[in-house]
Amino acid sequence: MTEGLVILVVIFVLAMFVGFEVITKVPPTLHTPLMSGSNAISGITIIGSMLVAGIGATRLATVLGTAAVALAMINVVGGYAVTDRMLQMFKRRPEEGER
Amino acid sequence: MRSLIELAYLVAAVLFIIGLKRLSHPATARYGNRLSAVGMLIAIVATGLDQQIVSFRLILLGGVIGSALGLWMARAVKMTAMPQMVGLFNGFGGGASLLVAAGEWHRLVRPDMAMPATVAITIYASVLIGAVTFSGSAIAAGKLQEVISGRPVLFRGQHVLNLALALGVVGIGAALTVGPDLPALFAALIGLSLVLGVLLVIPIGGADMPVVICLLNSYSGLAAASTGFVIGNHGLIITGALVGASGIILTQIMCKAMNRSLANVLFGGFGATAVAAGSAERAKALAARGVRQISAEDAAMLLAYARSVIVVPGYGLAVSQAQHQVRELAELLEKKGATVKYAIHPVAGRMPGHMNVLLAEANVPYDELFDMDQINPEFDRCDVALVIGANDVVNPAARNDPQSPLWGMPILDVDKSQNVVVMKRSMNPGFAGVENELFYDRKTAMLFGNAKDSLQKLITEVKAL
Repeated sequence: MTEGLVILVVIFVLAMFVGFEVITKVPPTLHTPLMSGSNAISGITIIGSMLVAGIGATRLATVLGTAAVALAMINVVGGYAVTDRMLQMFKRRPEEGER
Repeated sequence: MRSLIELAYLVAAVLFIIGLKRLSHPATARYGNRLSAVGMLIAIVATGLDQQIVSFRLILLGGVIGSALGLWMARAVKMTAMPQMVGLFNGFGGGASLLVAAGEWHRLVRPDMAMPATVAITIYASVLIGAVTFSGSAIAAGKLQEVISGRPVLFRGQHVLNLALALGVVGIGAALTVGPDLPALFAALIGLSLVLGVLLVIPIGGADMPVVICLLNSYSGLAAASTGFVIGNHGLIITGALVGASGIILTQIMCKAMNRSLANVLFGGFGATAVAAGSAERAKALAARGVRQISAEDAAMLLAYARSVIVVPGYGLAVSQAQHQVRELAELLEKKGATVKYAIHPVAGRMPGHMNVLLAEANVPYDELFDMDQINPEFDRCDVALVIGANDVVNPAARNDPQSPLWGMPILDVDKSQNVVVMKRSMNPGFAGVENELFYDRKTAMLFGNAKDSLQKLITEVKAL
Protein backbone atom coordinates (compact mmCIF):
# COMPACT_ATOMS: atom_id res chain seq x y z
CA MET A 1 0.00 0.00 0.00
CA THR A 2 2.76 2.42 0.96
CA GLU A 3 4.58 1.57 -2.28
CA GLY A 4 1.50 2.55 -4.28
CA LEU A 5 1.36 5.84 -2.44
CA VAL A 6 5.00 6.56 -3.22
CA ILE A 7 4.39 6.06 -6.93
CA LEU A 8 1.49 8.49 -6.75
CA VAL A 9 3.72 11.06 -5.03
CA VAL A 10 6.36 10.63 -7.75
CA ILE A 11 3.76 11.25 -10.45
CA PHE A 12 2.46 14.29 -8.58
CA VAL A 13 5.87 15.90 -8.19
CA LEU A 14 6.87 15.32 -11.82
CA ALA A 15 3.53 16.67 -13.06
CA MET A 16 4.08 19.82 -10.98
CA PHE A 17 7.33 20.40 -12.85
CA VAL A 18 5.59 19.93 -16.20
CA GLY A 19 2.98 22.43 -15.02
CA PHE A 20 5.62 25.02 -14.09
CA GLU A 21 7.33 24.63 -17.48
CA VAL A 22 4.13 24.97 -19.49
CA ILE A 23 2.45 27.71 -17.47
CA THR A 24 5.45 30.07 -17.34
CA LYS A 25 5.11 30.36 -21.14
CA VAL A 26 1.57 31.71 -20.95
CA PRO A 27 1.72 35.49 -21.56
CA PRO A 28 0.14 37.86 -18.98
CA THR A 29 -2.46 38.85 -21.59
CA LEU A 30 -4.01 35.41 -21.27
CA HIS A 31 -3.77 34.94 -17.52
CA THR A 32 -7.52 35.31 -16.92
CA PRO A 33 -8.44 32.65 -19.53
CA LEU A 34 -5.65 30.54 -18.02
CA MET A 35 -7.36 30.70 -14.65
CA SER A 36 -10.84 29.95 -15.95
CA GLY A 37 -9.38 27.21 -18.15
CA SER A 38 -7.66 25.66 -15.16
CA ASN A 39 -11.01 25.82 -13.32
CA ALA A 40 -12.35 23.63 -16.11
CA ILE A 41 -9.40 21.25 -15.89
CA SER A 42 -9.70 20.95 -12.12
CA GLY A 43 -13.20 19.69 -12.85
CA ILE A 44 -11.33 16.41 -13.49
CA THR A 45 -12.60 15.58 -9.99
CA ILE A 46 -15.62 14.46 -12.05
CA ILE A 47 -13.82 11.11 -12.40
CA GLY A 48 -13.80 10.52 -8.66
CA SER A 49 -17.29 11.93 -8.33
CA MET A 50 -18.73 9.55 -10.95
CA LEU A 51 -17.16 6.56 -9.26
CA VAL A 52 -18.48 7.49 -5.81
CA ALA A 53 -21.93 8.25 -7.22
CA GLY A 54 -22.12 5.16 -9.42
CA ILE A 55 -20.67 2.34 -7.34
CA GLY A 56 -23.68 2.39 -5.05
CA ALA A 57 -21.76 1.44 -1.92
CA THR A 58 -23.93 3.21 0.63
CA ARG A 59 -26.86 5.54 0.15
CA LEU A 60 -25.03 8.47 1.77
CA ALA A 61 -21.94 7.90 -0.41
CA THR A 62 -24.14 7.87 -3.50
CA VAL A 63 -25.82 11.14 -2.54
CA LEU A 64 -22.47 12.81 -1.77
CA GLY A 65 -21.11 11.52 -5.07
CA THR A 66 -24.06 12.88 -7.02
CA ALA A 67 -23.60 16.32 -5.47
CA ALA A 68 -19.90 16.09 -6.31
CA VAL A 69 -20.74 15.23 -9.94
CA ALA A 70 -22.92 18.35 -10.13
CA LEU A 71 -20.21 20.62 -8.68
CA ALA A 72 -17.46 19.18 -10.85
CA MET A 73 -19.64 19.44 -13.94
CA ILE A 74 -20.32 23.13 -13.24
CA ASN A 75 -16.56 23.59 -13.36
CA VAL A 76 -16.07 21.53 -16.50
CA VAL A 77 -18.87 23.01 -18.62
CA GLY A 78 -18.79 26.51 -17.13
CA GLY A 79 -15.00 26.68 -17.20
CA TYR A 80 -14.59 25.64 -20.83
CA ALA A 81 -17.55 27.72 -22.01
CA VAL A 82 -16.45 30.94 -20.33
CA THR A 83 -12.84 30.45 -21.45
CA ASP A 84 -14.01 30.00 -25.02
CA ARG A 85 -16.19 33.09 -24.70
CA MET A 86 -13.20 35.12 -23.54
CA LEU A 87 -10.73 33.78 -26.05
CA GLN A 88 -12.97 34.54 -29.03
CA MET A 89 -12.81 38.21 -28.00
CA PHE A 90 -9.05 38.33 -28.53
CA LYS A 91 -8.62 39.50 -32.11
CA ARG A 92 -5.72 40.68 -34.21
CA ARG A 93 -5.58 44.18 -35.57
CA PRO A 94 -7.36 44.18 -38.96
CA GLU A 95 -5.06 44.71 -41.97
CA GLU A 96 -4.97 48.19 -43.51
CA GLY A 97 -8.08 48.88 -45.58
CA GLU A 98 -10.20 46.35 -43.76
CA ARG A 99 -11.19 48.77 -41.05
CA MET B 1 -10.42 -2.82 -19.71
CA ARG B 2 -8.68 -1.39 -16.65
CA SER B 3 -5.52 -0.59 -18.54
CA LEU B 4 -7.49 0.87 -21.45
CA ILE B 5 -9.22 3.24 -19.06
CA GLU B 6 -5.87 4.19 -17.51
CA LEU B 7 -4.49 4.90 -20.99
CA ALA B 8 -7.51 7.05 -21.77
CA TYR B 9 -6.70 9.14 -18.66
CA LEU B 10 -3.16 9.52 -19.94
CA VAL B 11 -4.48 10.75 -23.30
CA ALA B 12 -6.69 13.23 -21.46
CA ALA B 13 -3.75 14.52 -19.40
CA VAL B 14 -1.65 14.92 -22.54
CA LEU B 15 -4.45 16.88 -24.19
CA PHE B 16 -4.66 19.15 -21.13
CA ILE B 17 -0.93 19.82 -21.36
CA ILE B 18 -1.06 20.52 -25.10
CA GLY B 19 -4.08 22.73 -24.53
CA LEU B 20 -2.14 24.74 -21.94
CA LYS B 21 0.83 24.99 -24.31
CA ARG B 22 -1.46 26.44 -27.00
CA LEU B 23 -2.42 29.09 -24.47
CA SER B 24 1.00 30.64 -25.02
CA HIS B 25 -0.39 32.77 -27.86
CA PRO B 26 -3.79 34.41 -28.37
CA ALA B 27 -3.97 33.08 -31.93
CA THR B 28 -3.80 29.42 -30.87
CA ALA B 29 -5.41 29.71 -27.45
CA ARG B 30 -9.00 29.03 -28.46
CA TYR B 31 -8.02 25.85 -30.26
CA GLY B 32 -6.02 24.80 -27.21
CA ASN B 33 -9.02 25.27 -24.95
CA ARG B 34 -11.08 23.02 -27.23
CA LEU B 35 -8.37 20.34 -27.24
CA SER B 36 -8.46 20.45 -23.48
CA ALA B 37 -12.24 20.05 -23.53
CA VAL B 38 -11.87 16.99 -25.78
CA GLY B 39 -9.45 15.60 -23.22
CA MET B 40 -12.08 16.04 -20.51
CA LEU B 41 -14.69 14.31 -22.65
CA ILE B 42 -12.35 11.35 -23.13
CA ALA B 43 -11.76 11.16 -19.38
CA ILE B 44 -15.49 11.23 -18.63
CA VAL B 45 -16.34 8.58 -21.23
CA ALA B 46 -13.51 6.36 -20.01
CA THR B 47 -14.79 6.61 -16.44
CA GLY B 48 -18.23 5.65 -17.71
CA LEU B 49 -16.75 2.40 -19.00
CA ASP B 50 -15.57 1.44 -15.51
CA GLN B 51 -17.33 -1.78 -14.58
CA GLN B 52 -17.52 -0.83 -10.92
CA ILE B 53 -20.25 1.64 -11.83
CA VAL B 54 -23.60 -0.09 -11.43
CA SER B 55 -26.00 2.79 -12.02
CA PHE B 56 -25.82 5.87 -14.21
CA ARG B 57 -29.09 7.43 -13.12
CA LEU B 58 -27.71 9.69 -10.44
CA ILE B 59 -24.53 10.43 -12.37
CA LEU B 60 -26.66 11.68 -15.24
CA LEU B 61 -28.85 13.67 -12.88
CA GLY B 62 -25.86 15.41 -11.28
CA GLY B 63 -24.21 15.85 -14.66
CA VAL B 64 -27.23 17.49 -16.26
CA ILE B 65 -27.80 19.83 -13.32
CA GLY B 66 -24.12 20.80 -13.21
CA SER B 67 -23.86 21.31 -16.97
CA ALA B 68 -26.94 23.50 -17.08
CA LEU B 69 -25.76 25.65 -14.18
CA GLY B 70 -22.24 25.89 -15.58
CA LEU B 71 -23.42 26.88 -19.03
CA TRP B 72 -25.79 29.46 -17.62
CA MET B 73 -23.06 30.99 -15.45
CA ALA B 74 -20.59 31.07 -18.33
CA ARG B 75 -23.07 32.84 -20.60
CA ALA B 76 -24.48 35.27 -18.05
CA VAL B 77 -21.32 36.48 -16.34
CA LYS B 78 -20.11 39.99 -17.11
CA MET B 79 -16.42 40.28 -17.89
CA THR B 80 -15.99 42.70 -14.99
CA ALA B 81 -17.31 39.94 -12.71
CA MET B 82 -14.81 37.34 -13.92
CA PRO B 83 -12.79 37.32 -10.65
CA GLN B 84 -15.87 36.35 -8.61
CA MET B 85 -16.76 33.62 -11.04
CA VAL B 86 -13.28 32.12 -11.06
CA GLY B 87 -13.42 32.37 -7.27
CA LEU B 88 -16.70 30.43 -7.19
CA PHE B 89 -15.37 27.80 -9.58
CA ASN B 90 -12.32 27.34 -7.36
CA GLY B 91 -14.75 26.72 -4.52
CA PHE B 92 -16.81 24.19 -6.49
CA GLY B 93 -13.63 22.27 -7.30
CA GLY B 94 -12.76 22.16 -3.61
CA GLY B 95 -16.32 21.23 -2.71
CA ALA B 96 -16.34 18.31 -5.15
CA SER B 97 -13.09 17.00 -3.65
CA LEU B 98 -14.51 17.31 -0.15
CA LEU B 99 -17.66 15.39 -1.14
CA VAL B 100 -15.69 12.62 -2.88
CA ALA B 101 -13.45 12.21 0.17
CA ALA B 102 -16.47 12.08 2.48
CA GLY B 103 -18.22 9.58 0.20
CA GLU B 104 -15.15 7.37 0.08
CA TRP B 105 -14.83 7.52 3.86
CA HIS B 106 -18.42 6.44 4.30
CA ARG B 107 -17.93 3.61 1.82
CA LEU B 108 -14.80 2.29 3.48
CA VAL B 109 -15.61 2.82 7.15
CA ARG B 110 -16.28 -0.35 9.16
CA PRO B 111 -17.32 -0.39 12.81
CA ASP B 112 -15.13 -3.41 13.57
CA MET B 113 -11.99 -2.64 11.55
CA ALA B 114 -9.78 0.43 11.14
CA MET B 115 -8.93 1.77 7.70
CA PRO B 116 -5.35 1.33 6.48
CA ALA B 117 -3.35 4.38 7.61
CA THR B 118 -2.33 5.47 4.11
CA VAL B 119 -5.94 5.45 2.91
CA ALA B 120 -7.10 7.30 5.99
CA ILE B 121 -4.43 9.99 5.73
CA THR B 122 -5.15 10.70 2.05
CA ILE B 123 -8.85 11.03 2.82
CA TYR B 124 -8.27 13.42 5.73
CA ALA B 125 -5.84 15.53 3.69
CA SER B 126 -8.39 15.69 0.89
CA VAL B 127 -11.11 16.76 3.33
CA LEU B 128 -8.88 19.53 4.70
CA ILE B 129 -7.77 20.90 1.31
CA GLY B 130 -11.22 20.56 -0.23
CA ALA B 131 -13.04 22.20 2.67
CA VAL B 132 -10.58 25.10 3.02
CA THR B 133 -10.77 25.72 -0.73
CA PHE B 134 -14.56 25.57 -0.67
CA SER B 135 -15.28 27.92 2.23
CA GLY B 136 -12.32 30.21 1.56
CA SER B 137 -13.40 30.66 -2.06
CA ALA B 138 -16.96 31.37 -1.02
CA ILE B 139 -15.70 34.22 1.19
CA ALA B 140 -13.34 35.52 -1.49
CA ALA B 141 -16.09 35.51 -4.12
CA GLY B 142 -18.44 37.21 -1.64
CA LYS B 143 -15.90 39.95 -0.98
CA LEU B 144 -15.33 40.52 -4.70
CA GLN B 145 -19.07 40.62 -5.38
CA GLU B 146 -19.33 42.95 -2.37
CA VAL B 147 -21.95 40.75 -0.73
CA ILE B 148 -19.47 40.68 2.16
CA SER B 149 -17.57 43.81 3.14
CA GLY B 150 -14.20 43.96 1.42
CA ARG B 151 -12.61 45.39 4.55
CA PRO B 152 -10.14 43.11 6.30
CA VAL B 153 -11.77 41.56 9.36
CA LEU B 154 -9.17 41.62 12.11
CA PHE B 155 -9.49 40.68 15.75
CA ARG B 156 -7.19 39.96 18.63
CA GLY B 157 -5.72 36.49 18.78
CA GLN B 158 -6.66 35.76 15.17
CA HIS B 159 -3.43 34.03 14.32
CA VAL B 160 -3.50 32.04 17.54
CA LEU B 161 -7.05 30.91 16.79
CA ASN B 162 -6.12 29.90 13.24
CA LEU B 163 -3.12 27.99 14.52
CA ALA B 164 -5.28 26.26 17.14
CA LEU B 165 -7.82 25.30 14.49
CA ALA B 166 -5.13 23.94 12.18
CA LEU B 167 -3.65 21.92 15.03
CA GLY B 168 -7.15 20.73 15.91
CA VAL B 169 -7.68 19.48 12.37
CA VAL B 170 -4.35 17.65 12.39
CA GLY B 171 -5.10 16.27 15.85
CA ILE B 172 -8.49 14.90 14.85
CA GLY B 173 -6.98 13.44 11.69
CA ALA B 174 -4.31 11.70 13.76
CA ALA B 175 -6.87 10.45 16.30
CA LEU B 176 -8.99 9.01 13.50
CA THR B 177 -5.97 7.38 11.88
CA VAL B 178 -4.74 5.58 14.99
CA GLY B 179 -8.04 5.23 16.85
CA PRO B 180 -11.52 4.06 15.89
CA ASP B 181 -13.22 5.69 12.89
CA LEU B 182 -15.88 7.67 14.73
CA PRO B 183 -18.37 9.44 12.42
CA ALA B 184 -18.71 12.33 14.89
CA LEU B 185 -14.98 12.97 14.81
CA PHE B 186 -15.01 12.84 11.00
CA ALA B 187 -17.84 15.38 10.93
CA ALA B 188 -15.84 17.59 13.30
CA LEU B 189 -12.88 17.34 10.93
CA ILE B 190 -15.04 18.64 8.08
CA GLY B 191 -16.55 21.39 10.24
CA LEU B 192 -13.24 22.67 11.58
CA SER B 193 -11.72 22.65 8.09
CA LEU B 194 -14.60 24.71 6.75
CA VAL B 195 -14.25 27.23 9.58
CA LEU B 196 -10.52 27.41 8.96
CA GLY B 197 -11.14 28.30 5.30
CA VAL B 198 -13.39 31.19 6.34
CA LEU B 199 -10.96 32.48 8.96
CA LEU B 200 -8.01 32.36 6.59
CA VAL B 201 -9.69 34.64 4.05
CA ILE B 202 -11.66 37.18 6.15
CA PRO B 203 -8.56 39.11 7.34
CA ILE B 204 -7.56 39.81 3.74
CA GLY B 205 -8.76 43.08 2.21
CA GLY B 206 -10.70 43.39 -1.05
CA ALA B 207 -7.76 44.92 -2.89
CA ASP B 208 -5.63 41.84 -2.14
CA MET B 209 -8.24 39.46 -3.52
CA PRO B 210 -6.34 38.93 -6.81
CA VAL B 211 -3.61 37.15 -4.86
CA VAL B 212 -6.11 35.15 -2.85
CA ILE B 213 -8.00 34.05 -5.96
CA CYS B 214 -4.73 32.83 -7.49
CA LEU B 215 -3.82 30.98 -4.33
CA LEU B 216 -7.26 29.34 -4.12
CA ASN B 217 -6.95 28.43 -7.80
CA SER B 218 -3.83 26.55 -6.83
CA TYR B 219 -5.64 24.92 -3.89
CA SER B 220 -8.45 23.76 -6.17
CA GLY B 221 -5.84 21.95 -8.25
CA LEU B 222 -4.25 20.45 -5.16
CA ALA B 223 -7.73 19.39 -4.02
CA ALA B 224 -8.24 17.55 -7.32
CA ALA B 225 -4.82 15.92 -6.91
CA SER B 226 -5.70 14.89 -3.36
CA THR B 227 -8.84 13.22 -4.71
CA GLY B 228 -6.51 11.36 -7.06
CA PHE B 229 -4.57 10.12 -4.04
CA VAL B 230 -7.81 9.00 -2.37
CA ILE B 231 -9.05 6.91 -5.29
CA GLY B 232 -5.57 6.07 -6.57
CA ASN B 233 -6.05 7.69 -9.96
CA HIS B 234 -3.04 8.93 -11.97
CA GLY B 235 -5.09 11.14 -14.29
CA LEU B 236 -6.48 13.15 -11.41
CA ILE B 237 -3.07 13.55 -9.82
CA ILE B 238 -1.38 14.78 -13.00
CA THR B 239 -4.19 17.18 -13.82
CA GLY B 240 -4.50 18.50 -10.29
CA ALA B 241 -0.75 19.12 -10.20
CA LEU B 242 -0.95 21.14 -13.44
CA VAL B 243 -3.62 23.42 -11.97
CA GLY B 244 -1.76 23.61 -8.67
CA ALA B 245 1.39 24.74 -10.48
CA SER B 246 -0.54 27.31 -12.48
CA GLY B 247 -2.04 28.86 -9.36
CA ILE B 248 1.33 28.98 -7.62
CA ILE B 249 2.95 30.79 -10.56
CA LEU B 250 0.15 33.34 -10.78
CA THR B 251 0.29 33.90 -7.03
CA GLN B 252 4.00 34.66 -7.27
CA ILE B 253 3.49 37.04 -10.19
CA MET B 254 0.78 38.96 -8.36
CA CYS B 255 2.77 39.20 -5.13
CA LYS B 256 5.78 40.52 -7.01
CA ALA B 257 3.66 43.05 -8.89
CA MET B 258 2.18 44.27 -5.61
CA ASN B 259 5.58 44.43 -3.95
CA ARG B 260 4.42 42.15 -1.15
CA SER B 261 5.41 38.80 0.17
CA LEU B 262 2.77 36.10 0.26
CA ALA B 263 3.04 35.99 4.03
CA ASN B 264 2.40 39.72 4.17
CA VAL B 265 -0.74 39.37 2.03
CA LEU B 266 -2.07 36.43 4.04
CA PHE B 267 -1.31 37.66 7.54
CA GLY B 268 -0.45 41.34 7.14
CA GLY B 269 -3.79 43.14 7.11
CA PHE B 270 -2.47 45.80 4.74
CA GLY B 271 -2.96 49.50 5.35
CA ALA B 272 -1.25 49.53 8.70
CA THR B 273 2.08 50.54 7.17
CA ALA B 274 3.12 53.87 8.67
CA VAL B 275 4.38 56.36 6.13
CA ALA B 276 8.01 57.10 6.93
CA ALA B 277 8.80 60.64 8.05
CA GLY B 278 10.98 61.31 5.02
CA SER B 279 8.20 60.36 2.69
CA ALA B 280 5.73 62.57 4.50
CA GLU B 281 8.04 65.57 4.07
CA ARG B 282 8.47 64.72 0.44
CA ALA B 283 4.71 64.61 0.03
CA LYS B 284 4.36 68.04 1.66
CA ALA B 285 6.97 69.52 -0.65
CA LEU B 286 5.17 68.01 -3.61
CA ALA B 287 1.79 69.37 -2.55
CA ALA B 288 3.32 72.84 -2.28
CA ARG B 289 4.49 72.61 -5.88
CA GLY B 290 0.93 72.08 -7.12
CA VAL B 291 -0.27 70.24 -10.18
CA ARG B 292 -0.88 71.50 -13.68
CA GLN B 293 -4.42 71.09 -14.94
CA ILE B 294 -5.32 70.72 -18.58
CA SER B 295 -8.61 71.23 -20.39
CA ALA B 296 -10.07 68.50 -22.59
CA GLU B 297 -9.53 70.80 -25.54
CA ASP B 298 -5.80 71.17 -24.95
CA ALA B 299 -5.38 67.50 -24.13
CA ALA B 300 -7.10 66.61 -27.40
CA MET B 301 -4.73 68.90 -29.25
CA LEU B 302 -1.73 67.29 -27.57
CA LEU B 303 -2.96 63.80 -28.45
CA ALA B 304 -3.98 64.63 -32.01
CA TYR B 305 -0.46 65.79 -32.89
CA ALA B 306 1.33 62.98 -31.12
CA ARG B 307 3.01 60.34 -33.24
CA SER B 308 3.13 57.70 -30.57
CA VAL B 309 0.69 57.35 -27.70
CA ILE B 310 0.77 54.84 -24.87
CA VAL B 311 -2.46 54.31 -22.94
CA VAL B 312 -2.03 53.18 -19.33
CA PRO B 313 -5.35 51.81 -18.07
CA GLY B 314 -5.95 51.21 -14.38
CA TYR B 315 -8.82 49.75 -12.47
CA GLY B 316 -10.50 53.19 -12.48
CA LEU B 317 -11.08 52.68 -16.19
CA ALA B 318 -12.92 49.43 -15.65
CA VAL B 319 -14.94 50.92 -12.79
CA SER B 320 -16.27 53.68 -15.03
CA GLN B 321 -16.82 51.15 -17.86
CA ALA B 322 -14.98 53.37 -20.32
CA GLN B 323 -13.13 50.67 -22.30
CA HIS B 324 -15.17 51.35 -25.44
CA GLN B 325 -14.44 55.07 -25.27
CA VAL B 326 -10.72 54.37 -24.98
CA ARG B 327 -10.82 52.18 -28.04
CA GLU B 328 -12.78 54.80 -29.99
CA LEU B 329 -10.28 57.51 -29.06
CA ALA B 330 -7.38 55.24 -29.98
CA GLU B 331 -8.88 54.51 -33.39
CA LEU B 332 -9.32 58.24 -34.05
CA LEU B 333 -5.68 58.87 -33.14
CA GLU B 334 -4.55 55.98 -35.34
CA LYS B 335 -6.46 57.50 -38.24
CA LYS B 336 -4.49 60.69 -37.66
CA GLY B 337 -1.30 58.67 -38.08
CA ALA B 338 -0.32 57.93 -34.49
CA THR B 339 0.63 54.52 -33.16
CA VAL B 340 -1.32 53.59 -30.06
CA LYS B 341 -0.22 50.96 -27.57
CA TYR B 342 -1.66 49.85 -24.27
CA ALA B 343 0.62 49.30 -21.28
CA ILE B 344 -0.87 46.77 -18.89
CA HIS B 345 0.47 46.41 -15.36
CA PRO B 346 -0.13 42.98 -13.81
CA VAL B 347 -2.38 44.46 -11.12
CA ALA B 348 -4.32 46.75 -13.46
CA GLY B 349 -7.47 44.65 -13.05
CA ARG B 350 -8.91 42.59 -10.25
CA MET B 351 -7.25 39.35 -11.27
CA PRO B 352 -4.25 38.46 -13.44
CA GLY B 353 -4.90 39.45 -17.06
CA HIS B 354 -8.28 40.97 -16.21
CA MET B 355 -7.62 44.32 -17.90
CA ASN B 356 -6.59 42.55 -21.11
CA VAL B 357 -9.91 40.72 -21.21
CA LEU B 358 -11.84 43.92 -20.58
CA LEU B 359 -10.00 45.68 -23.41
CA ALA B 360 -10.37 42.71 -25.75
CA GLU B 361 -14.09 42.81 -25.03
CA ALA B 362 -14.07 46.44 -26.19
CA ASN B 363 -12.48 45.24 -29.46
CA VAL B 364 -8.95 46.42 -28.73
CA PRO B 365 -6.73 44.16 -30.88
CA TYR B 366 -4.46 41.98 -28.77
CA ASP B 367 -1.34 43.05 -30.68
CA GLU B 368 -1.80 46.52 -29.13
CA LEU B 369 -1.74 45.13 -25.57
CA PHE B 370 1.73 45.09 -24.03
CA ASP B 371 2.83 43.89 -20.64
CA MET B 372 5.15 45.79 -18.38
CA ASP B 373 8.47 44.33 -19.50
CA GLN B 374 7.66 44.77 -23.17
CA ILE B 375 6.45 48.36 -22.98
CA ASN B 376 8.80 49.94 -20.44
CA PRO B 377 11.70 50.53 -22.87
CA GLU B 378 9.27 52.32 -25.20
CA PHE B 379 8.23 55.16 -22.90
CA ASP B 380 11.43 57.04 -23.83
CA ARG B 381 10.20 57.35 -27.38
CA CYS B 382 6.59 58.03 -26.54
CA ASP B 383 5.08 61.49 -27.19
CA VAL B 384 2.10 61.22 -24.88
CA ALA B 385 1.33 58.73 -22.16
CA LEU B 386 -2.36 58.74 -21.26
CA VAL B 387 -2.88 57.43 -17.74
CA ILE B 388 -6.50 56.51 -17.04
CA GLY B 389 -7.46 55.65 -13.47
CA ALA B 390 -4.06 54.21 -12.54
CA ASN B 391 -2.00 55.52 -9.66
CA ASP B 392 0.41 53.41 -7.60
CA VAL B 393 1.55 51.40 -10.63
CA VAL B 394 2.93 54.57 -12.27
CA ASN B 395 4.44 56.14 -9.15
CA PRO B 396 8.17 56.82 -9.75
CA ALA B 397 8.69 56.69 -5.96
CA ALA B 398 9.00 52.95 -6.48
CA ARG B 399 12.32 53.73 -8.19
CA ASN B 400 13.35 57.00 -6.51
CA ASP B 401 12.35 56.94 -2.86
CA PRO B 402 13.79 54.13 -0.74
CA GLN B 403 11.55 55.22 2.14
CA SER B 404 8.33 54.89 0.20
CA PRO B 405 6.16 51.84 0.89
CA LEU B 406 6.14 51.40 -2.88
CA TRP B 407 9.95 51.19 -3.06
CA GLY B 408 10.99 48.30 -5.25
CA MET B 409 7.57 47.68 -6.76
CA PRO B 410 7.76 47.13 -10.52
CA ILE B 411 6.09 50.09 -12.21
CA LEU B 412 5.32 51.37 -15.68
CA ASP B 413 7.93 54.02 -16.52
CA VAL B 414 5.36 56.59 -17.56
CA ASP B 415 7.54 59.45 -16.24
CA LYS B 416 10.04 58.81 -19.03
CA SER B 417 7.67 59.81 -21.83
CA GLN B 418 7.70 63.32 -23.35
CA ASN B 419 4.27 64.30 -22.08
CA VAL B 420 1.93 62.71 -19.57
CA VAL B 421 -1.81 63.26 -19.32
CA VAL B 422 -3.35 61.79 -16.20
CA MET B 423 -7.10 61.28 -16.09
CA LYS B 424 -8.28 61.06 -12.53
CA ARG B 425 -11.35 61.82 -10.45
CA SER B 426 -9.56 63.83 -7.79
CA MET B 427 -6.19 64.15 -6.09
CA ASN B 428 -7.00 61.29 -3.66
CA PRO B 429 -3.99 59.06 -3.18
CA GLY B 430 -4.08 55.49 -4.48
CA PHE B 431 -4.53 52.25 -2.64
CA ALA B 432 -1.17 52.45 -0.88
CA GLY B 433 -2.04 55.93 0.43
CA VAL B 434 1.11 57.44 -1.04
CA GLU B 435 1.43 60.75 -2.90
CA ASN B 436 2.36 60.27 -6.53
CA GLU B 437 5.22 62.50 -7.67
CA LEU B 438 4.33 61.80 -11.28
CA PHE B 439 1.31 64.08 -10.89
CA TYR B 440 3.59 66.97 -9.84
CA ASP B 441 6.07 66.46 -12.65
CA ARG B 442 6.41 69.43 -15.03
CA LYS B 443 5.53 67.39 -18.09
CA THR B 444 2.43 65.99 -16.47
CA ALA B 445 -0.99 67.54 -16.99
CA MET B 446 -4.02 66.50 -14.99
CA LEU B 447 -7.43 66.06 -16.58
CA PHE B 448 -9.87 65.78 -13.68
CA GLY B 449 -13.25 64.10 -13.89
CA ASN B 450 -14.96 60.79 -14.49
CA ALA B 451 -12.94 58.77 -17.01
CA LYS B 452 -15.89 58.06 -19.26
CA ASP B 453 -16.97 61.71 -19.47
CA SER B 454 -13.43 62.96 -20.02
CA LEU B 455 -12.82 60.41 -22.77
CA GLN B 456 -16.09 61.37 -24.45
CA LYS B 457 -14.98 65.01 -24.41
CA LEU B 458 -11.58 64.06 -25.85
CA ILE B 459 -13.28 62.09 -28.64
CA THR B 460 -15.49 65.05 -29.55
CA GLU B 461 -12.54 67.45 -29.49
CA VAL B 462 -10.27 65.22 -31.57
CA LYS B 463 -13.05 64.76 -34.13
CA ALA B 464 -13.49 68.52 -34.33
CA LEU B 465 -9.81 69.13 -35.08
